[in-house]
Amino acid sequence: MSAPAPTVGPAPPPPADPRPRPRTGAPRTGPRRLQGRWTPWLYLAPALVVLGGLLVYPIYQLGLISFLEYTQAQVSGGEPTSFRGIDNYTALFGDAQFWSVLLATVLFAAACVLGTLAVGCALAVLLTRVRAVPRLVLMLAALGAWATPAITGSTVWMFLFDPDFGPVDKLLGLGDFSWTYGKYSAFALVLMEVVWCSFPLVMVTVYAGIRAVPAEVVEAAQLDGAGAWRIWRSVLAPMLRPILIVVTIQSIIWDFKVFTQIYVMTDGGGIAGQNLVLNVYAYQKAFASSEYSLGSAIGIVMLVILLGVTLVYLKLLRRNGEQL
Amino acid sequence: MTAAPTPAAVPPPGATRRAGAPRRWLRKPGRTAAECAAVLIAVVVAFPLYWMVLSAFKPAGEVRSERPVPWTLSPSLDSFRRVFEQQEFGRYFLNSLVVALAVVVVSALIAFLAATAVTRFRFRLRTTLLVLFLAAQMVPVEALTIPMFFLMRDLGALNSLLSLMLPHLAFSLPFAIWMLRGFVKAVPEALEEQAFIDGASRTRFLWQILFPLVLPGLIATSVFSFISTWNDFLFAKSFIISATENSTLPMALLVFFDAETPDWGGVMAASTVMTLPVLVFFVAVHRRLVSGLGGAVKD
Repeated sequence: MSAPAPTVGPAPPPPADPRPRPRTGAPRTGPRRLQGRWTPWLYLAPALVVLGGLLVYPIYQLGLISFLEYTQAQVSGGEPTSFRGIDNYTALFGDAQFWSVLLATVLFAAACVLGTLAVGCALAVLLTRVRAVPRLVLMLAALGAWATPAITGSTVWMFLFDPDFGPVDKLLGLGDFSWTYGKYSAFALVLMEVVWCSFPLVMVTVYAGIRAVPAEVVEAAQLDGAGAWRIWRSVLAPMLRPILIVVTIQSIIWDFKVFTQIYVMTDGGGIAGQNLVLNVYAYQKAFASSEYSLGSAIGIVMLVILLGVTLVYLKLLRRNGEQL
Repeated sequence: MTAAPTPAAVPPPGATRRAGAPRRWLRKPGRTAAECAAVLIAVVVAFPLYWMVLSAFKPAGEVRSERPVPWTLSPSLDSFRRVFEQQEFGRYFLNSLVVALAVVVVSALIAFLAATAVTRFRFRLRTTLLVLFLAAQMVPVEALTIPMFFLMRDLGALNSLLSLMLPHLAFSLPFAIWMLRGFVKAVPEALEEQAFIDGASRTRFLWQILFPLVLPGLIATSVFSFISTWNDFLFAKSFIISATENSTLPMALLVFFDAETPDWGGVMAASTVMTLPVLVFFVAVHRRLVSGLGGAVKD
């Protein structure tokens, strides 16, 4: 890390401190230095208030609603809310569409993660093999993709692949092939957009990691006759393991939650909901069909899945001896 | 470490480099091929953005041409004019900016305090809190739209910009705290001791010494809060129901997009206007950003 150099200037001669400073030589006891016991909590208070009120409480509400009967009638106060127990979940798990959406979500997220990692890592290696100018060019292009808001990225990709006016179909000689009409081509289109806007993070992070690997290690491998792929697999990848874990988990989490791209590019989940993923599904259930309790139940399912991913992540971090 | 530009002066090829000059293993005959590939990929990656800006400047006839060409001989501002005149775009732009800046400033301050607490102090529950901050990043924002909607209704915040600020404040905090840790940690502890020896109070150290040192990192971290807030159209769509004067940019963009036959020129012009501020911000801070990510990843 290039830490900002402390610019405090030469330390002034210690001023005559009126207070006597005990120098017992014994290690300081309790919290470090002069910090009071409650200071950290004072600093944390605003964050905890915000997160408690605007994150934890809504999650609690989400869980609560998922156990209630909560439709338009209850929202407008026409009918009292009633407790339904796990009925919402039974209904959800009994719905074939839920399972197909879940499957689509998992497969789509997996494809996005693999694509992002493959492209990101490959380009990171490529970056180490070129001189400054091509590197800067690629880096800037990636930054542009990275910075593009999800919604404008979606509209631009839609336009690029537009059957009538887009350049891609013309370039590939596809005539007026509509990408959003078929289930798989629509998913493929969204996949490409997602990879486009999320590989830069992986590329930049992995590139930084490779630069930190001592050159001798790689040279030794080369002298032993290892090719590029072998060097990556046997030398770089193991050394970059902590970084790879982080970017993998981050990608899983982000790609599992993809919302804007699907919503905008497939117009809310595709023809007859063929491109729904859990996130969009929950939103449609709640706000399009006013089945708030079902939408909440789907939200809880997502939370549980992502919680599982988080636990795996923490375990891997611990195993690597990372300190939080 | 970012793409620290290796000193631009390139030694003549084949010349032995100074002892200790790094990465000799990178200099291979295949380098020219690699460089061509890099530039080619850069072109592909940048193409969508190029096409967006290009289409924004194309006259209407060329945008809706069956034979799109990657240039225009008669650039026009018509699309931009349409965007800015028809849809109260300026107002939406301002709303977006106000919401995003409010979230950025408030979350940066809160995150700075919290990150200081979890890196500079040892206390019970510290690790638990860190794990919670990490877990909080995983929460699918969209799933919380439902309870958030009811919460905003109960607060009487629906239809106001506040209903957009509050949720994003909550959602951007965990990641901001997580990222900032690295920056706070990077400030040497000796500095802290020196400050106390010099008689600085805790508050004084926090705001007059630590804060300026962490500020670059704080700005870099803000990019993420800025982007997520600037991007948002879900909350704008769900919470701003009747008061369209409080709508934000993504909604304006969707106005052009929603129709059966989208006004592509308008969409691209609006997209350009929406992308530009983020792009500028991003490129300006990317060095810090990368080192911050390295910190968040490695430390």
